[in-house]
Amino acid sequence: MTAIDDLTEGPDSEHLLEVGAESPAMPEVVFDVEELSVYYGDFQAVQDASLQVHEHEITAFIGPSGCGKTTLLRCFNRMNDLIETARVTGSLRYHGVDLYDSKVDAVEVRRRIGMVFQKPNPFPKSIRANVEYGPKVAGLAKKGPAMDDIVENSLRKAALWDEVKDRLDDNALGLSGGQQQRLCIARAIATDPDVLLMDEPCSALDPIATTRIEELMHGLKDDYSIVIVTHNMQQAARVSDRTAFFSVNVNPESDTRTGILVEYDSTQQMFSNPSDERTENYVTGRFG
Amino acid sequence: MTFSTIGTVARRGANGFERKRTDVAGGLFKAVILSALVVSLLVLAVLLIDTVADAWSQLSTRTWDFLNGSLRSRSIDDKLGVKQGLYGSFWIGVFVALTAFPIGVGAAIYLEEYANKSRLAAVIELVIRNLAGVPSVVYGLLGLFLFVERSTIFGFVGLGWLADATGGRSVLSAGLTLAVLVLPIVIITAQEAVRSVPSGLKEGAYGLGATKSEMVRTQILPYAAPGILTGTLLAMSRAIGEAAPLILVGAITGGLTRNPELWDTSGLREKFTALPIIIVEWVSERGRDPGFSEAAAAAIVVLLVLVLLLNMTAILLRNRFEKKRG
Repeated sequence: MTAIDDLTEGPDSEHLLEVGAESPAMPEVVFDVEELSVYYGDFQAVQDASLQVHEHEITAFIGPSGCGKTTLLRCFNRMNDLIETARVTGSLRYHGVDLYDSKVDAVEVRRRIGMVFQKPNPFPKSIRANVEYGPKVAGLAKKGPAMDDIVENSLRKAALWDEVKDRLDDNALGLSGGQQQRLCIARAIATDPDVLLMDEPCSALDPIATTRIEELMHGLKDDYSIVIVTHNMQQAARVSDRTAFFSVNVNPESDTRTGILVEYDSTQQMFSNPSDERTENYVTGRFG
Repeated sequence: MTFSTIGTVARRGANGFERKRTDVAGGLFKAVILSALVVSLLVLAVLLIDTVADAWSQLSTRTWDFLNGSLRSRSIDDKLGVKQGLYGSFWIGVFVALTAFPIGVGAAIYLEEYANKSRLAAVIELVIRNLAGVPSVVYGLLGLFLFVERSTIFGFVGLGWLADATGGRSVLSAGLTLAVLVLPIVIITAQEAVRSVPSGLKEGAYGLGATKSEMVRTQILPYAAPGILTGTLLAMSRAIGEAAPLILVGAITGGLTRNPELWDTSGLREKFTALPIIIVEWVSERGRDPGFSEAAAAAIVVLLVLVLLLNMTAILLRNRFEKKRG
């Protein structure tokens, strides 16, 4: 929990820390989302989403395209800040700290909450330099044995070490797509985050590479809380503990599409006995 | 298409597909565009061959003397040469690189990564694009006003210190003037290079907790470097070839007594000349002394080689960087 006061500056941070310590006993809530809406300019992308993400669990966001699942995910590490017109209302608490509080530094948030993107995006540098990037900008370690340990541990956790240990100084773009994505996971782990956000991490990969990433996620669960966006229902069923199903509301007047959270429950419940008809239609393949 | 229809077509053989008439319009079009290419290449070839042939008498016998010599009143002179012009053009290139490069790249990164996408930004963009098209004489006038004469803006902001610093009609003034001239070109090419950086790289850096300046330093600059470099070197070769602004800023051909070495910085705030000016001067002298037309041709060849070298460097650097980028 020491990570939390790094996010905020000023005398109020201790107070915020206390709020975090009071959260329910079991299981620990990592993200507490309440009535969250996201707008791009006048366009509303997500409307009033409320859910809780738990520690050491894999939470999956599923739903048809345009339902706002990626948009919501990108709120969790303030990536939406990079879009000029993006605006967020409602509350999003990370261990009790309001991530959209004016005192919170988005850069610090991203060091605590790592992200893996849809398309593998290794930097056009050596494998080693890719993993070192995060720790370097965060000032966690300088070149030397400490950094070498970080590189090895991160690559091991991402199940990539054995494949690349002899060519750490080769360009990362020479790796296969699946290896590149695991390198991106290693890169995200290297900053020692608390949460990993994954935005359709397997959508650009073949089935074998996908299986490897899914196996990897099971192992990573012990150390990190994971939120994954996927359009693959089987994947959500295979890997996640909880699933949130999003859908699209079409506004008949303005013909705009707004994403809404339909149902959020344990994955088992969502796929065997969903309470909402729309969820049932989706998971049984009758819609979307 | 079903199997039966495929069968019919196959049985009919080439029947129905044979050429019915020759495509006159198509052939004509091809001939026209081909001749357009031939004409432009021919003009260039004739120009080049004619120039090199004219220059031959100077370059074949006394290349080194010609490169080291100075301006003379007669064309038959052992000391005739373009060193003073090389000196001017070289230092103009240096000043352009030293000023237009950092300012242009800085402006481009600001516009692409920092500026809000507002209406003001769009207007500024438009202004820069238009500035790139302003005739070079106008920049010459600007240079004269800013760097050469002890001017005053709005009647009270004195610019005398600028003219004092440059020494008035000097290489320094010329270099700064041409830097202003190519600045819009540098900004535009650098902007395009910055824009070509994949968004995945930027997001990747941000996602790992990089600040904006760290992202610019570690992702944008390395990735955009080849494009930025190529743009700058091409802008430099443009600057080196300009004559009109130099005339206004005060490049001269008469009364130049010194012939400094290329790295002799003591001549930077002195009266100066440059290769394009020497070419203009010698061409106008050929009525009086026909030998000058050969000297002018030789000077043109020197300038062409210089520009060619710059362009080649641009291409080599770009290839090298792109290979490194993977």
